[in-house]
Amino acid sequence: MKVEAYVLIFVGAFFAVVCGIYWFLSYETSGTLMLLGTCFLGFVPGGYYYWWSRRMKPRPEDDPQAKREDGEGVVGAFPGSSVWPFVLGVSAASVGLSLVFGFWTAIVGFVVAASAVMGVIRESRRGGLI
Amino acid sequence: MTIAVERTLPIPAEEHGPTGLLKWITSTDHKVIGKSYTITAFVFFCLAGLMAMLMRTQLASPDNNIVSLHLYNELFTMHGSLMLYLFAGPFAFGGLANYIVPLQIGAPDMAFPRLNALSYWLYAFGGLIMISGFLTTGGAADFGWVSYAPLSSATNTPGAGPDMWIVALVLTGFSAIFTGVNICATVFYLRAPGLTMFRLPIFTWNMLVTGILILIAFPVLTAALVMLWCDRHIGSHIFSVAGGGVPVLWQNLFWFFGHPEVYILALPYFGMVTDILAVFSRKPVFGYRGMVFATMSIAALSTSVWAHHMFTTGTVLLPFFSLMSYLIAVPTGIKFFNWIGTLWRGSIVFETPMLFAVGFLIVFLFGGVTGIILASPPLDFATHDTYFVVAHFHEVLFGSAVFGGFAGLYYWYPKMTGRMLRNDLGKASFWFMFVGFWLTFVPQYWLGLAGMPRRIAEYSPLSGWTLLNRISTSGAYLLFIAVFLMLVNFLLSFLKPVPAGDNPWDAHTLEWATSSPPPHHNFYWIPPVRSERPLWDHNHPEHTTIHSHMPANSVRAATSTVHSGPGVHPDHGSRSDFRGEDGDE
Amino acid sequence: MISRLKDRVAPAVTRRRLLAGVGALALAGVLSGCNVTFGATKGVTTQAHEEFRLWYGMAIAGIAVAVFVWLLIFWSIFRYRRRDDHIPKQTQEHVPLEITYTVIPILMVIVIFVFTVIVENFVDSNPTPSGAVVNVTAYQWGWIFQYAHANGVTVRTAEKAGPTLLPRSYFAKRYPTLTLPVGETSRIYLRSADVVHGFYVHSFNFDRYAQPGVTNVFSFTPTTTGWFPAQCTQYCGLYHSEMLFNVHIVTDAQYTTWLKNAELHPQSLTGATSQPTRPGPQ
Repeated sequence: MKVEAYVLIFVGAFFAVVCGIYWFLSYETSGTLMLLGTCFLGFVPGGYYYWWSRRMKPRPEDDPQAKREDGEGVVGAFPGSSVWPFVLGVSAASVGLSLVFGFWTAIVGFVVAASAVMGVIRESRRGGLI
Repeated sequence: MTIAVERTLPIPAEEHGPTGLLKWITSTDHKVIGKSYTITAFVFFCLAGLMAMLMRTQLASPDNNIVSLHLYNELFTMHGSLMLYLFAGPFAFGGLANYIVPLQIGAPDMAFPRLNALSYWLYAFGGLIMISGFLTTGGAADFGWVSYAPLSSATNTPGAGPDMWIVALVLTGFSAIFTGVNICATVFYLRAPGLTMFRLPIFTWNMLVTGILILIAFPVLTAALVMLWCDRHIGSHIFSVAGGGVPVLWQNLFWFFGHPEVYILALPYFGMVTDILAVFSRKPVFGYRGMVFATMSIAALSTSVWAHHMFTTGTVLLPFFSLMSYLIAVPTGIKFFNWIGTLWRGSIVFETPMLFAVGFLIVFLFGGVTGIILASPPLDFATHDTYFVVAHFHEVLFGSAVFGGFAGLYYWYPKMTGRMLRNDLGKASFWFMFVGFWLTFVPQYWLGLAGMPRRIAEYSPLSGWTLLNRISTSGAYLLFIAVFLMLVNFLLSFLKPVPAGDNPWDAHTLEWATSSPPPHHNFYWIPPVRSERPLWDHNHPEHTTIHSHMPANSVRAATSTVHSGPGVHPDHGSRSDFRGEDGDE
Repeated sequence: MISRLKDRVAPAVTRRRLLAGVGALALAGVLSGCNVTFGATKGVTTQAHEEFRLWYGMAIAGIAVAVFVWLLIFWSIFRYRRRDDHIPKQTQEHVPLEITYTVIPILMVIVIFVFTVIVENFVDSNPTPSGAVVNVTAYQWGWIFQYAHANGVTVRTAEKAGPTLLPRSYFAKRYPTLTLPVGETSRIYLRSADVVHGFYVHSFNFDRYAQPGVTNVFSFTPTTTGWFPAQCTQYCGLYHSEMLFNVHIVTDAQYTTWLKNAELHPQSLTGATSQPTRPGPQ
């Protein structure tokens, strides 16, 4: 987990430095703010991973000498086929189109989106694993 | 239905889902989604290519009358938008990466399969909305793919077409962000035992860095588009001088997205080419760590050079952006020498993927060198917005997305379909493309230096640009033939299938350890991972990578193959990563 | 051992380096003697000359680097083609080599950056104008050149951009002309009335955006008289490709006469000239 954390912390550190240099050379606000945002984008998850990496035992994928038996067992719970991502996509498209052609498609879109969200939740519960 | 999945499948697994069209709509399998992405992106590539053919035909003669000014403006806008937003990126991070990254790290699927499916559908619908701008009365968006404010305001470009462009980009932007999250989570959490970060194949490394870049860049674009929509419809005046806004803010926001986007488009292809060069030279990647650090430096620097697109605005800090842009040449140079180092003293065989990969090296180098010239503000003053710039970015983007992308497609096509593509047609397609490429784009450098601005629909017969434009157009037709041959090749692989086998190229990485195409949830067996080339180590145990710190025969240590029994682990459903966590909360 | 080896090969290496250096210089001399410009124009202002010199250096350096790397690529793909089924040595790294090709590009980048900054400061230096001071306004789709301190002498595009696809020379008299004295530094204040435009004079090697809400200031010192074509380069809407103008560089005396004439007959300046836009320098 440590390398993953360092990658993100590198992002944060690099942009912290660049952000500082850029601000004091240009006093330009939009660029500085975007660089600052990028800096946080590195530090927040990077810090979180680092925090976790100190609290957990090394995973088999972090151990260069790990045997395959170390990775035995369930990797995770994966959904089978599901129509709801498609339905959610349709609803997002129709909500999007309401920004072009007027608000009636948004109503359809939100109704379909609500049904899709409920569908996804019901589906997951029926599987009984999450 | 949710299924608890182990890393290697106990029995030949079949997907118990729907078949036919319903499978393509409902599947959450990364392989099906990856294929959908690849096909959709390729369709957009062909459409955008046809638009380019029309434009080149228009420019073949001065004062030509094949398309109207208005249609020409729509064409170059949509050509750019389709190629950049709907082909080059999604083809890499939605198509090939979606398919290959989980396989390369020995994972059963992407980390969030349903999110993956959603991101495909957002992309597909976004693309449809963008392209159907042509069906509206005012035509499609015609403010260029960069849509500079205030040209993109409601008064200057009214109509539904531009609005559809904006909405389409918001949808595809979200799709890209979801894919970025998915790739990062997959690489961080689903690797096979022993596959440490510094054993990831370079393609997966590059996709991880691309994923992070997507997370940096795309939210800015989405935010800027929302601002633009507000300006157009609810009078917010963020980008209009009349209401106290700042038009140049759009350029800052756009290029803060736009320049990382260029590397979002390039890095995946760098990764593909790296893997391909190593496989067809029968050598490991030379300077693996250097390669990884170079990728990270390119990505980091690319986010701090956005204003080199704005040198001629007179509002940006020239030396800062110039130096940062120059510095990108350093990691790119490292990559180049590492690629040559990989070839050096190898045993090189020119199968079609290798041909395209070497073509990429030759082509991209020239685009990179002219990029350095453009990173110099005084020279940018002399060539900005001329065909010099057009030639430069086509050389790098066509070089990476098409040469690199086709290399990747030829390389992984056997894995994705279980069929080989024909070598003779592939090579013919390569040579048409290689010759056509130089004929198309080198004259454009000269045109730019002779003062021809980009995005003009017509030019005077007195300008002296006619001959070079004719050469460029004839080259473009050769490119058309090259892509056509490629399509014929795909078709033939379906009409007369040649079975590929699991590992037709004697490749190195885990995706070739499973069947072609892989079963649902991917693996029956994973070789032990002791280096970044687990399959090579398994197949050629006496020729492992020369490492100073590796125990001599550790490769053959783990021998168990199929994990037996369908038994579900007691803590199924929980994150296996946290199994070792201390229970001190 | 290594040092002794070095002693032995050093003279040969030095000689070879010397030869290479002489060769490169000779090549540069031949190229400039034959007027090889790598496609670019030398330009007709002092600023353009400086840019051209930078271009010349960078083009040579760029081509040298490209050719070097191309040769390496071609050498390796031809020399190391698979001839038998042997498996090559699995070399993965060579740290000193990798450090070398990290450090050398950094040094090259520093050198070109220094030259870039020198030229950039010259081009952007904006000395006190001794010639004309012109307020240039770009709009969809034309130009307004308003001469400061000259009783409102204003040259502008004659009519709105019209039907297209006629020979450019036919329209030539519609395009306005920016008249500037040779040998004097003239200053331009560039503005835009609507969207972003690009003020681009090819023979000046110079492009600058005209942006709403921003006034860009820059200077030229022309060195040659003649007519020079110019055009909007930043895409600005439907008739972008018709947004042309001419630059006319004249002698000091001609400039004074022209300005006087223009003050007396302001209406004669609309659609300024019958000169075609595209034959270049004379």
